[in-house]
Parts: sequence; C-alpha cells; structure tokens
Amino acid sequence: MLTNKLSRREFLKVSASAAGGVIFSLQAPWLRAEEGSSRLNAFVTIEPDGHILIGVSQPEMGQGMYSTMSALVAEELDADWGKVSVEQLPLMLKRDAEGNLAWGLVPQGAGGSNSVVSLYTPLRQFGAGARHQLLLAAAEKWGVPAEELTTQPSRVLHAKSGRRADYGALASRAAAMPPSDHAPELKSPETFRLIGQTFEPKAIRELVDGTAIYGVDVRRPGMRYAVIARCPFFSGKLLDFDDAEARKVEGVLDVVEVPGPPDDGYYTTLAPGVAVVATSTWAAIKGRAALKIRWDEGPFRQETTASLDAECQQALDKGEGQVVQDVGDFDAAMSRAEKKLTRRYRLPYVHHATLEPQTCFAHVREDGCEIIGPIQMPATASRMVAQLTGLDRLAIDVQMSRLGGGFGRRLTVDYVAEAVLVSKAAGGPILVQWTREDDMAHDFLRPGGWHELTAGLDENDRIIAWRHRVASPSKYYRRPGEEHWRSEIYVDDPPVGLVDNVRYEYFDMRSGAWRGSWRAPAHTANAFAVQSFLDELAHETGRDPLTLRLELLGEPRQLRYSDHGGPEWNPGRLARVLTVAAEAAGWGEDLPEGEGLGIAGHFTFGGYAAWVAHVSVASDGSFRVRRLVGAIDCGLAVNPNGIRDQMEGGACDALSTALDQEVTIEGGRHKETNFHEYRMMRIADSPPEIDVHIVPGSDIPSGVGEPPVPPIAPAVTSAIFAATGRRIRALPVGDRIRS
Amino acid sequence: MELKINGQRYDYEGDPEQPLLWVLRDEIGLTGTKYGCGIGQCGACTVHVDGVARRSCATPIRKVEGRSVLTIEGLSAEGDHPVQRAWIEEDVSQCGYCQPGQIMAAVYLLQRVPSPTDEQIDEMHTNLCRCGTYYRVRRAIHLAARYMREDS
Repeated sequence: MLTNKLSRREFLKVSASAAGGVIFSLQAPWLRAEEGSSRLNAFVTIEPDGHILIGVSQPEMGQGMYSTMSALVAEELDADWGKVSVEQLPLMLKRDAEGNLAWGLVPQGAGGSNSVVSLYTPLRQFGAGARHQLLLAAAEKWGVPAEELTTQPSRVLHAKSGRRADYGALASRAAAMPPSDHAPELKSPETFRLIGQTFEPKAIRELVDGTAIYGVDVRRPGMRYAVIARCPFFSGKLLDFDDAEARKVEGVLDVVEVPGPPDDGYYTTLAPGVAVVATSTWAAIKGRAALKIRWDEGPFRQETTASLDAECQQALDKGEGQVVQDVGDFDAAMSRAEKKLTRRYRLPYVHHATLEPQTCFAHVREDGCEIIGPIQMPATASRMVAQLTGLDRLAIDVQMSRLGGGFGRRLTVDYVAEAVLVSKAAGGPILVQWTREDDMAHDFLRPGGWHELTAGLDENDRIIAWRHRVASPSKYYRRPGEEHWRSEIYVDDPPVGLVDNVRYEYFDMRSGAWRGSWRAPAHTANAFAVQSFLDELAHETGRDPLTLRLELLGEPRQLRYSDHGGPEWNPGRLARVLTVAAEAAGWGEDLPEGEGLGIAGHFTFGGYAAWVAHVSVASDGSFRVRRLVGAIDCGLAVNPNGIRDQMEGGACDALSTALDQEVTIEGGRHKETNFHEYRMMRIADSPPEIDVHIVPGSDIPSGVGEPPVPPIAPAVTSAIFAATGRRIRALPVGDRIRS
Repeated sequence: MELKINGQRYDYEGDPEQPLLWVLRDEIGLTGTKYGCGIGQCGACTVHVDGVARRSCATPIRKVEGRSVLTIEGLSAEGDHPVQRAWIEEDVSQCGYCQPGQIMAAVYLLQRVPSPTDEQIDEMHTNLCRCGTYYRVRRAIHLAARYMREDS
C-alpha cells in the first residue's frame, strides 16, 4: 500500500484529540514543524542546511500556485530561490475571540482569478515577518542592532563587522524568538529579485516522474473504493434498486444509497444514486454494473437541445425581456439611427471535463472527519461536511491534493458530500471515484443560449444605440434569493460607458440541466456575441475591426465596473492590448488567399486580454488556427512564465471549446458519454505558434486564470470570416464551414 | 499469472479482465499512470508493453501476462530521461494530470521517429491535454529529440 505523501507531515493532520471540543489556536496544528527544522510561521520552515520549505495555502490546479504564491513569500524572505521547495497547506480555520469562525491566516480557495489579488500583500508580509525574525536572531547572536543588518538571498550580513550567516544557521534561534509586534516594511518593487522575473517553477519534477498526488491517488490504510450509480435524468429520482447480484461480485463489500439533493435548494450531491463499496475500483465498477435500478425520469424528460434552442429563439422573437441595464434612451436613439443591424448568436452548453474525473477521500469518525481531494474551495467543502455530519468545523480536516484540472468544476463540492455520505453509511475511509461516463453525465454546465444584438449608427457610422438580449438558463437557478440574470449579464460590461444608449435584457429560460461556473463564466458567451457583432459592424460599415474597437474604446479613463475585477475598468488598457497584439500579429498586412486574421479583446477579473487569430482554410473547408498572438495586461506581472502558461493554455482551452464542444440534451439528460463523443482538441488542431505579450498597465497584480479565455472564440470566427466570408454565429464551429 | 512491471515480477491471481490500469494503480500502487476515460481515448494511462505504447485502461491484464510493462515510474531512475528533462526545461505541465501519459507517448514517438517534424507530431501524438499545454508539448518533443541526439 502506498502511503499518501500528503499525510507525511504531522502538521497536516488535525488530530481527533486536539479537536475534541478544544478550539485550535494559531499555534496548532499547521505551525508544527518536523524535528530538526524550524518553522518561523505557517508559510516558512527552514532546515539547518538552509533548505526552505514554503507552504502554499491555495490549491494547485494548473494555475501555477506552487510557483507564484511561494515566490511572493520568498521575495520578502529574501530566500535563495534555488533552496526553496513547496508544500501544500491544509484548510486553516480558527475561531476568533468572539467565537466566530474565521480564516486561520489567509483566505483560501481558487476561483475568480483571485489568488494573486487577495494574497499579494499578505504572503509578502509572512515572508517579511520571517526575514525579520532571522534579522533579530542574528542581532542577538552577534550583539549588534538589527537595524545594521541586511540580507542577500538566504543570508544575513553585518557590513560593519563583515559577519555573515546563512539562514539555515540562524533558523532555530529565529524560531525561538518571541514574535515581534513590529510589522516589517515590504520591499519597494524596484528591488524585487523574483517578482516580475522569469524564475524556475516549483514542484514540477513530481509531475514528470509520476509521484505527484492527485485526488485519485490518495491511498490510506483500510481505505475502500466506491463508485456510484447516479440518476442521469435532470431532477430525476431513485425509485428502487436491487443489489443482490452486485453483492455477489468478488471484492464488493457494501451497497449504500446516496440521497439526492434537495429539489430547490443549493446542491449537496448532484443526483441521487446507489454506491458500491469494494476492495478496488475495478470491483466497485463491476459491482455497479450488476445493480438493477429504476429511476423516475423526472420533470425534464422531454427536454432536448432542439427544444431549448427553439424556446430561446421564440423568446427573442417575442421580444421584451427583463430590462437589467438601461442607459440613455435606446428606443429614441434607434429611431434616429441612419443604419441598423441586428444579429443573433448561439452558444452551447459546455462541460468542464476535468481530465481527472471527480473524486474524493473521506473518513468520517464520531469525533472528526478527514477529507482529501481535488478541491477548489476547501472552506465550502468544510461547511458542507459540517452540515452532513453535525461535526464542529474545526474537527473537519480538509486537505487539498493536486487537482487534475479545475476550470470552475470543483468550486462545487458535491463529490466531497458523496464521499462523506458513503463513509458515514458504510463506515471507514472511502475514496469515491467517478468514471468518465459518470463525469460526462453529471456536470455543472456553462449555460448555453441565444443572444440578440442590435445597434443603431448615426450618419458617421458612430454607434449611438446598442441592445443586447440574452435568452439562456441561469447559472443561479438554485440560489434562493439571487436574481437569475445576474449570472448571465454583467451590467457594466461595455459598451456601457462607451455608447450613450445601451439596454441589456434577459430572458430567463427553463432547463433542467445542472449549471455552474465554467472558467470566466458568462464572459465566454457574452464576449463571443459582443466581439462577433463588433466585427460584423466593422464589415457592414467598411471599417477595419481594430479601428472600430479603438474608436469605441477611446481615451484611457476609469469607468465603473460592478462585477468581476471591479470596481473600475479602463478602456485605454483594453485598447492598448488590442494594439499590441495587432502590431505583433502583422494586422493589416496582406495575406494569401484562404487566410485571415481576426481580433477580439475583453476585460474581466481585473485583466485585459486581446488575441489575434491567424486562420488558414483549405479548399475542402478544413481549417487550422496557424498562429495566435495575444497581449495581456494583468497589472504587475508577478510570474511572467506563469502568465504565458495561462495565456497559452487558456487560448487552447477556449479554442478547443469553440471548435467542437457541446453537451447535447436528449430526453432530459446529457447525450455525450465520453471523449469519443465530447471531442476535445488534440495537438493536431492546436496552434503551432502562440505568441504572448505581457503589457503591465498598473503596479497592482490581477489574476490570469480567466482573462485569456473569452476573446479566443470571436477572434477565431472573425478570422474564418476574413479568410472565407463565412460568418459563424453559432458555436461550436464543428463542421460548419465545410457544410 | 506472472506480471513484469518496471523490471519487477508480480504474481497476479485476480480477474483476468481487469484493465492493466487498475492493477497498476490499486493493486501495485503505481499511481503515476492516470485514469482519464477508460476507453483508450485520452491517453492519460499510456504505458509501454514490450516497448510499444499502450492505453492501459483498455488493456485487460491477461494480455500482458509474461510481457514487460514499463510505467512512468520505471522510465528512469532519477526522473531524468531526455523526455522528462525536456518536459521540465519547457515547463510543459499545468495541472499535470495527463503528463505521465504524454511523456510515455512522446518516448514511444521518438523511438520510432528520432527527429519528428511538426506534421509527424500532429499525426502520431494523440494524447489529450485538458489544460491545453500543446504548444509546450510540441516544443518539448523537439527538445527531447535534440537531447537524445546529443546523448547518443
């Protein structure tokens, strides 16, 4: 039996005895160090040989937390980066003086491209605090004032006496120093050694030798494996089941029912089901195949993709949606417009399809619970576990394995709840494993729908009126008290602030499909519609698509923005990334027959991203995105290599989605069952060239997980138009330009 | 039946239809080989059987009886196979989940075509990467080819 690497370190374990009604203080459990090493704070442990272990509070799902977060600490610690390794910290919660639950040290979780935004200062403070302790230790050792000391990477210096000491030699003394109440000053950015530089990424060797631990790799003594037969129908129910044959399968130990979610409330589990517990994954899969189950197919059994498409269009035909934004007077402006244009665009339901299917380890005991899994939001998981078990939040130990992809799927913790329910019912440590078919059948889809855009132009082709109608099911459909439109339309999105008369309308469509947050949520849908429409307006009025955008955006200035990345945005920064990408891509130069460039840009989550796609289309209609040129302004670029990673990967993710991805609804359930039907881009269709330009437009960093995604689809379809004259208004592109 | 995995011998007495993938992961504890789809589509489970890349999720264990299986854990003693070195140099991985399979597939590709063109990579390398690291996968395959030429 392999032992789980995550369990190796004592501080990762919240022990039952410590939890028995005792409130954790900040001293436990995540401040404990292994023997011989010195823990200066939760984030900094130094070994006598100078090796530095930096704790990472955020889950790693491919967005580069192990490198970026540890660099923030190492910068202010003035650590020799070559001596730094990283470790995943567990969820750290505490009770404050009033007895309220609070973050132990820093907010934890990965979502909304937020980590670098929320932790840029706190993590540097932890690094600076640890460095200060090392200075105090050296001052005490040498009998000199701490103010006379300076540091070089991993070394304290006293210039006057020429004395120097490595961090390793000072660490145990530093750890014993009483914590100083003096908050050390942070470096000024021009003295950064790591931040803004290209530095070596951390913890990547384990990714190439097979030793990295994901949720599916968790192994614990006595652990059993479970798979669940879930009701595939939207809001379906379990009628009854017969497990006699399943129980006869060799290796099957138990069969337990997993209750479904409440009808209207927020999700616990995703669907009702029957869990088979066994000695191995394979035995559980075979046992499940032997179950006989009858499902109630639920209230959405008639739903199909065609029915939803038709209903969206009928809603738009009828017009008059819920007005959620109304600036100026759209109707009056339209009545005096010289030219008018209306276009509709169609977006499909898309799936997260993390390559590591959902999985979670849970061990529920009477006095506590251990959770290990690929979790984006550990505190959400902890809250869910407390609801299901009645345990005190501090008795619930949530550890984050690596995530085999997140993309928003693991913001929801239904799979954690399942593991808890099965562990509770069957007893003992359980790993619930989803198969790919399970995963394809159940996901929180990015809502699909139809968008209708209308613009009115004056005699100079200036846009004077703009209306955007969105007919789609809402992601917020199971959040009581939340307005449905809020998840689908962001009211301050441009052209609000750029065009005088703007109206946004929402049509709340009914669908049974499970919906949720998908990387850059509704921005992916809205940017496709808006950027495509701008391209159409440019062509309809004989203007260059870049020029039209730059005219529309105008001068740099602050405009209000109440959604992701607010409270303000600056159209000048968007204009700049568009310009940089266009110049680097050779915008405006002549191209051979069958080739074309398309451009799009979008602001979200505090970042400004623009892409130019270069597409070549063969005579048979097959095409390839030959090159993508991107520019991003995410403020201060903390980890340029990581930013490039997210731009390249985000572009390929978005391209893959635009090309082929759609979850089709048939009979109130997902039709696609695996990757042969839900087609993802392979290397053969990926752009052989991706050129990324980082354009820092502020001295405050913003996240880069999501901003690269929204402009890709419209840039590519606009490039297809430039190459062929065929306008793609419905995604996925699929074979549309062949047919 | 007798299994030979990364040079070690194992005696297996379970279900002969169990996919090699699950034997590796659940019975032997070699979790570097990943489950992605179970039908040989994604390649996250790629291993070598007698030197040939195989999708272990779709390979019943009986088919590898007496044959030599190589997994990511056995590719090199120190994680320093030229392909692994290239993967580190190009910092290919994002979430990393598919990468053991990508690497095992790339090793096999380079065995057959020591200096592949982009077109050959497009044709022969079919593993899925959900994070979209293809741009760096391609660069790393070219770099590994160079390392292998230099090493030989």
